[in-house]
Amino acid sequence: MLALAVALARLSSKLAVSNVARFYISIIRGTPLLVQLFIVFYALPEFGVKIDPFPAAVIAFSLNVGGYAAEIIRSAILSIPKGQWEAAETIRMTYATALRRIILPQASRVAVPPLSNTLISLVKDTSLASTILVTELLRTAQVAAAPTFEFFALYGTAAVYYRIICLVLSFGQSRLEHRLERYVAR
Amino acid sequence: MTEDRIVAQGVEKAFGENEVLKGISFTVPAGSATTVIGPSDSGKTTLLRALNALDVPDSGVIRVGDVELDFSQPVSKDQLLRYRAQSGMVFQSHNLFPHKTALQNVTDGPLIVQKRPRDEVETEAVELLRKVGLADKRDQYPYQLSGGQQQRVGIARAVALRPKVVLFDEPTSALDPELVGEVLSMITDLAPEGWTMVIVTHEIQFASQVSDQVLFIDGGVVLEKGPPAEVIGDPKEERTRQFLDRILHPI
Repeated sequence: MLALAVALARLSSKLAVSNVARFYISIIRGTPLLVQLFIVFYALPEFGVKIDPFPAAVIAFSLNVGGYAAEIIRSAILSIPKGQWEAAETIRMTYATALRRIILPQASRVAVPPLSNTLISLVKDTSLASTILVTELLRTAQVAAAPTFEFFALYGTAAVYYRIICLVLSFGQSRLEHRLERYVAR
Repeated sequence: MTEDRIVAQGVEKAFGENEVLKGISFTVPAGSATTVIGPSDSGKTTLLRALNALDVPDSGVIRVGDVELDFSQPVSKDQLLRYRAQSGMVFQSHNLFPHKTALQNVTDGPLIVQKRPRDEVETEAVELLRKVGLADKRDQYPYQLSGGQQQRVGIARAVALRPKVVLFDEPTSALDPELVGEVLSMITDLAPEGWTMVIVTHEIQFASQVSDQVLFIDGGVVLEKGPPAEVIGDPKEERTRQFLDRILHPI
């Protein structure tokens, strides 16, 4: 949702709106995720904004993915031929209706593969949350490994779990792609 | 004396430095077919798009159906929408919605925009598809149709909204030669039904058959207008004669 809003803002004909979006994307893409995570969790409290580890992680990851996904959605929207907008206009659709009924359904087909990429990256990036004490998958493995020294077994298991989650997502992706491609000649 | 569906006066449009329309005036009586012919880059497509505000003119007054706009004044989005609602457009490259079936392409406008009841809209759309000879294709996606069939769905989509005027932008230019006929005869069939049509075309034969009025446009102005027997059959302007000669005897 954040990504869609940013993508639309970036495409806006209003210069101020599109510049804000451009700035946001440039910040997100220009700084490491780990730094963003630390800023939300460790640096914001200095300004009186104290956030628990879990919500902090959720906020940082959302802002990060929002930036990347916005660019994917923007390029997907731009990939739809201008004639589709014009045809929608000539059957009297407003901008919002044309976007929702005509453009986004077609753009989603284009956007699914790269968005899935981003989503799968996100799953693996959640391991970074261990650094701000969120007990996610990797952290759990670390905690278990510390007293037992069974690094290979435990981190290996963690790796397998990540792999399984990503496999499930990939499967979901191909199902979705298949569904969205029903109107395309093969 | 029939009323005029389109009255255009002094329409001007420039893209940057390039003046495309340099003061075009004409009228289209209700229930008549007007074809616009002329060399490429003469401004005929821009003129058609001005009638639909896909390209908004810089100046001039145009009335389409019940809505008159003076483009030398600032016009609001709302005014443009009402102006646009007077006409339907058939594109050169059909621009059907690829993710919707033939039937959905036709029903979308009436359902979503006009919010008319579904069963009424669908009955009407099926009837329209039957008229364009595609009753059995209603549930096919555009990619499953031939170019000519796609264009005929495009025509059905444009008239489904019951516009006051139907605009055709070179409806056969993107088609294989053997498919041109089916689309043109489709349009010829529509003419006696009382539709008011403005058709930009390169098909001179078709233009002389279907039209009540022919506009010959060159260099952004109307050089000649009148019934096809005059403009095509016996052109007064040297420029028109040259153009027709080149089209009718290309070799």
